[in-house]
Amino acid sequence: MADTAAATGYKIVQKETLSDVTKLMVIEAPQVAKKAQAGQFIIIRIDERGERVPLTIADYDKSAGTITLILQEVGKSTMQLGAMNVGDTVASFAGPLGHPTEIKNYGTVVCVGGGVGIAPIYPIARSLKEAGNYVVSIIGARNKSLLFWEEKMKAVSDELHVCTDDGSHGRKCLVTDPLKELLESKRRDVAHIWAIGPAIMMKFVALATKPFNAPTTVSLNSIMIDGTGMCGGCRVPLTEGAQFVCVDGPEFDGHKVDWNSLMSRLQFYKPEEQAAVEAYKHKCNLDIAAEKGGA
Amino acid sequence: MAELTAKQRMEIPRNEMPAQDAKVRAGNYLEVALGYSEETARAEAERCLQCKKPKCVEGCPVGVRIPQFIKALREGDMAQAVAEMKIKNNLPAICGRVCPQENQCEGQCIVGKKGQPVAVGRLERFVGDYELQHRTCPLTKAAPTGKKVAVVGTGPAGLTCAVDIAREGHKVTMFESLHTPGGVLVYGIPEFRLPKGVVFGEIDYATQCLGIDIRTDYVIGRTLTLKDILEEYDAVFLGTGAGLPMFMRIPGINLNGVMSANEFLTRVNLMKGYMFPEYDTPVKIGKKVAVIGAGNVAMDSARCAYRLQAMQAKEGEKHEVHIVYRRSMEEVPARGEEVHHAEEEGVIFDLLTNPVEVIDDGKGNVKAMRCIRMELGEPDASGRRRPVEIKGSEFDMEVDTVIVALGTSPNPLVFVDADGLERTKHGTTVANLETGRTTKPKVWAGGDIVTGAATVISAMGAGKRAAADMHAFLSGNGTW
Repeated sequence: MADTAAATGYKIVQKETLSDVTKLMVIEAPQVAKKAQAGQFIIIRIDERGERVPLTIADYDKSAGTITLILQEVGKSTMQLGAMNVGDTVASFAGPLGHPTEIKNYGTVVCVGGGVGIAPIYPIARSLKEAGNYVVSIIGARNKSLLFWEEKMKAVSDELHVCTDDGSHGRKCLVTDPLKELLESKRRDVAHIWAIGPAIMMKFVALATKPFNAPTTVSLNSIMIDGTGMCGGCRVPLTEGAQFVCVDGPEFDGHKVDWNSLMSRLQFYKPEEQAAVEAYKHKCNLDIAAEKGGA
Repeated sequence: MAELTAKQRMEIPRNEMPAQDAKVRAGNYLEVALGYSEETARAEAERCLQCKKPKCVEGCPVGVRIPQFIKALREGDMAQAVAEMKIKNNLPAICGRVCPQENQCEGQCIVGKKGQPVAVGRLERFVGDYELQHRTCPLTKAAPTGKKVAVVGTGPAGLTCAVDIAREGHKVTMFESLHTPGGVLVYGIPEFRLPKGVVFGEIDYATQCLGIDIRTDYVIGRTLTLKDILEEYDAVFLGTGAGLPMFMRIPGINLNGVMSANEFLTRVNLMKGYMFPEYDTPVKIGKKVAVIGAGNVAMDSARCAYRLQAMQAKEGEKHEVHIVYRRSMEEVPARGEEVHHAEEEGVIFDLLTNPVEVIDDGKGNVKAMRCIRMELGEPDASGRRRPVEIKGSEFDMEVDTVIVALGTSPNPLVFVDADGLERTKHGTTVANLETGRTTKPKVWAGGDIVTGAATVISAMGAGKRAAADMHAFLSGNGTW
């Protein structure tokens, strides 16, 4: 058993810039990598004052003992993490959390990844491909600069559809368009669909597949603190009652999720999140000014 | 000074412990009770009758040698007082603050039969704090046995078990799912009742003296399973507590602004949300808060909420915190002292009141809580009079935050890959209460994971009994 004492932290061993606001980080955490499976997530905490941030596992390397994360710099913590470099360490890294994706040979499956959701859909598509499925992948983003991992997705898919909202790359459409066409055409018997992306995208994927009764699994990322079932902040109302994303999920039947409630809950701390981003940017500007002044 | 007679000792009035003024402390997170000075502690120690058959010790779940430590204290021999204390209690600065002494040692005290009992808890705290500062008695351990013990959970049960078993010479590794050890002492009990510095002081001291490893960020059931642990360790103690919050099944319980006491307390205590944005984790509190429930966790939540409001309120702005409880004051399960402190600080008690619905403001946020008035009927299975709804007495209470403090159950994660570890229908682990042995060989359990939510000291008692049985098992022929 590797002893990754929290005192020394968890080291960033690789960093890539995928777009202006999307970074890839590979972090050394052998005890997490050893158990990691597609569909699971981790909780990261940058430093002593940091919040506990849940991030889905984008990839893992058991022999190297590393976990790959992809982050979109939308909040204070993701911006701060995105500004860190190879050799830096984060204070805490716990996981793998949540249930893994149920991988088996379903026949034909569809993997939909939107925006930063392309990252967690990748290991699922790969595992499904390895299990013998015919994998149709659909990835999309607002524009070309926000797309990443097209080649990686292509390598694990039998078909890949690429969409952008503005048509700057691939087809100008929403991810639900090629999905609906596939289901309507009946050219393949789709056994299961996975969708990961912004809540609004997953909601519309679930709405699109509902008329076809096509089983649709979504992976939710709600507000949570501990990630082990303790706070209940991540609870999401389903048709049969509320469940906890951290221990019951993160994957749920998309047709049972109360999307409006989920999206409302995601908004609850928005003013505080914005205040934190502004305070962080202000501090960064002061640091830059101080550096310039000193030079 | 001539030795006092028993009569003279009983005539000494109980010494009050200085505390922060209620008005001042309701606006800060600093510790409420300030502790005895050495002079006051020694004066209080004079009140002890040194009973031949000390009832106080019988009342203590871990059997602290109370007359002995008090005697040493009044003689001014602090090193001896600490040594006596540490025979049975490794975490006195914590117990002295959070034990319900009125039901335990002090509840049994002979002096208390006619007047006020000896303030055992305050004396224990004094000795504990003295030791954290002076470190007179580094814990010693027996020669290494070569046996390895894993302790899952670093709360009161796990810590006590780890320290006791390490003193016997076994090599102990503790696993903690969060980023910091301490369990409920850190995420649950607020700073103003139990400063984190005291908790970390006790933990650091004990683990350093005894060479105990603590691995944070290890979620047992995920990062490692019980099966993995048993492949590497000779014995395992499960002290993972009862961390899963229960919500009422009423309409509106998932609205924004409704949270579990666990979420609220974790944001405030563990994540230091009251210092947002200096610390990253925010905590949102409304102008009018309802805390559902009246146990110690409900009191902690109410008092935290009141402080948070006070710190965020603008000059002259009104704010309220209500405890909403379906029975009467007589049945309130929280410690008397906690209720008293909450009332003093300004928390309002809405008794014989039960929530039936949380009402939406149309945007998914809490606007009000519909409640119904209750009256007490015949005694129920618990012996307490059953609360019965008064028909037609519904009313709406305008609130913008609802904190649910109705209890917790054990976290099921630890049961992943744990074949043979039996659980009750309440989700607790089946274990022998005397020995802590579970239905699975080489696995002991104690604390809230066995009993459901209880007290810090009862968890410590269970950790202690399990350590004793575990040591007997490890040094014996290994029969289960």
